[in-house]
Amino acid sequence: MSERTTTQDFERSDVEDFLYHEAYLLDEWRLDEWGELLTEDAWYLVPPNDVPKGNPENTLFHVADNIDRIRSRIKRLKSRHAHAENPHSRTRRLITNVRITARDSEMISASANFIVMRYRRNEQIRQYVGVYEYKFAVEDGQLKIAERKAILDAEELGQLGSISILL
Amino acid sequence: MQCKRFIIDDPERMLFKVSRSVFTRPELLDKENEIIFNKCWIYVGHESEVSKKGDFVTRNVAGRPIIFNRDSGGQVNAFFNTCSHRGAIVCREREGNCKTFRCFYHAWTFSNKGDNIAIPGEDSYPPGWDKSHMGLHNVPRLESYRGFYFLNFDKHAISLDEYLAGAKEYLDLIADQSEIDEMEIIQGTQEYDMKANWKLLVENSFDDYHVVPTHITYLDYLKDSGVEIALPKGLLMPAHGIGKPLGNGHAVIDNKTYRGRPIARWMPIYGEDAKPVIEEKRKELVQRLGEEKGMRIAETNRNLVIFPNLVINDGSSITVRTFFPVSHNQMKVTAWALGPKEEGPVARRVRLDSYLTFYGPGGFATPDDVEALEVAQQGYETYQEVEWSDISRGLHKEEQLNTDEIHLRTFWRRWNELMTGETTLGTN
Repeated sequence: MSERTTTQDFERSDVEDFLYHEAYLLDEWRLDEWGELLTEDAWYLVPPNDVPKGNPENTLFHVADNIDRIRSRIKRLKSRHAHAENPHSRTRRLITNVRITARDSEMISASANFIVMRYRRNEQIRQYVGVYEYKFAVEDGQLKIAERKAILDAEELGQLGSISILL
Repeated sequence: MQCKRFIIDDPERMLFKVSRSVFTRPELLDKENEIIFNKCWIYVGHESEVSKKGDFVTRNVAGRPIIFNRDSGGQVNAFFNTCSHRGAIVCREREGNCKTFRCFYHAWTFSNKGDNIAIPGEDSYPPGWDKSHMGLHNVPRLESYRGFYFLNFDKHAISLDEYLAGAKEYLDLIADQSEIDEMEIIQGTQEYDMKANWKLLVENSFDDYHVVPTHITYLDYLKDSGVEIALPKGLLMPAHGIGKPLGNGHAVIDNKTYRGRPIARWMPIYGEDAKPVIEEKRKELVQRLGEEKGMRIAETNRNLVIFPNLVINDGSSITVRTFFPVSHNQMKVTAWALGPKEEGPVARRVRLDSYLTFYGPGGFATPDDVEALEVAQQGYETYQEVEWSDISRGLHKEEQLNTDEIHLRTFWRRWNELMTGETTLGTN
């Protein structure tokens, strides 16, 4: 494969392959490897259900992690003291409708629909449904996640309860 | 209903126990609705949510759909959100600003003061039929304290002021954080269910005994971020915290913090750019309120429970949290962030960031609380064989620490008193 250096060198199918791989790592709880998919200034965001287009600087989010806190979150989730995820949930992510929505010299923006099904012990199935919005940078010929936002369709979390997994 | 005792409150034997049946017997919920949620003052919203004329929010309060609004004359109201004609909810939006509410079913229209202002085909109603009685119904009582609005479905209830009793001092410590006397609810609502009895969240909200074992990953996160967590030997948490009853079932834990407070105690996690802003605020508090009160706001965390179901945690940030039972083993929780309205962008960012590191469904702590309460609820299914939960921690001591359980006992004594008419002897 020829060297890919710019955002123009990546197509929708590359993004799709990336997302499938990412989903695999998250579902398998290979969180350190997932962390390697991120840039050094990455963000992971889950907006509140009632302000899905909000900005975490002036809106109370569910999750607004910079890279340091993403790493802390990974550390937490790997700990047996993360009681909400001990034992770990089994999850299965279905990723569809992958689209590149914008592209400039620095970034590729992409979106994808998701269903994350979560099963744990004797709990009911929880289905988190929504859309991912990504910003990808290109580093060393690879796509890297600069921003990953999971916007839930549910108007409130209600019986979905906590978002104790990496959504 | 066969009613064995709900609590054992025995100062002579130094025992305080709660029957686990209070979490598991579905029929108790009917009585709680009748005696507690229909008679106590229940939080409905904050004045900042309806700051402009015409602003409204809709919410569910103790099972009733409610419109909380500010009308065109500037008055704050709480209406039952039901058409006086045939019952449909007249306002289906979560929030907004409007002069009128129009029921889509038969197009009856109400002003934002609740008056009925239009009935299509009104001339078909019989002679003497009185439209003036066809407005939206106000809740029986609506009163506020320093911006916090409470309603009461019992029109004979004591005043809110009298009801709040000692809790007012703690609401003051929150409200006084704004130099212009305007605190505001920040946009973004956290709503989530827990599969646990609602009273378990009352306990959990000011139970400091669980903090270390349950939230060890949060404390690790703080340590990793450069916060020195010095826990005195032999104690689970710093000894300078207290638990305190405030009257009418309200109680608080009040402790000097070992970590930052986004209002006025900087810690590295907040970022260097926030340091001067937070230090400036610290000075402002002392200047305006005096050294003692200013430093109290800057240096102490407080978890306040206003009976039965309002929690204000002034810790990692300020939460306003309310919750209602859906069934005996499920509750619906709603939580908001509160901050001074005049706060600049840096302080606001720190406040929100600090909030969600700990609190809320995606935080580093709340999901573990949810897990704790849900597994407790599951454990209580053994209540017929394993009947009692022990809440005697600290009962023998004069000074009650925040890690003792006097605040939990305060809630349970009041709950028991309302549910059974029995006043128990214990005071500690």
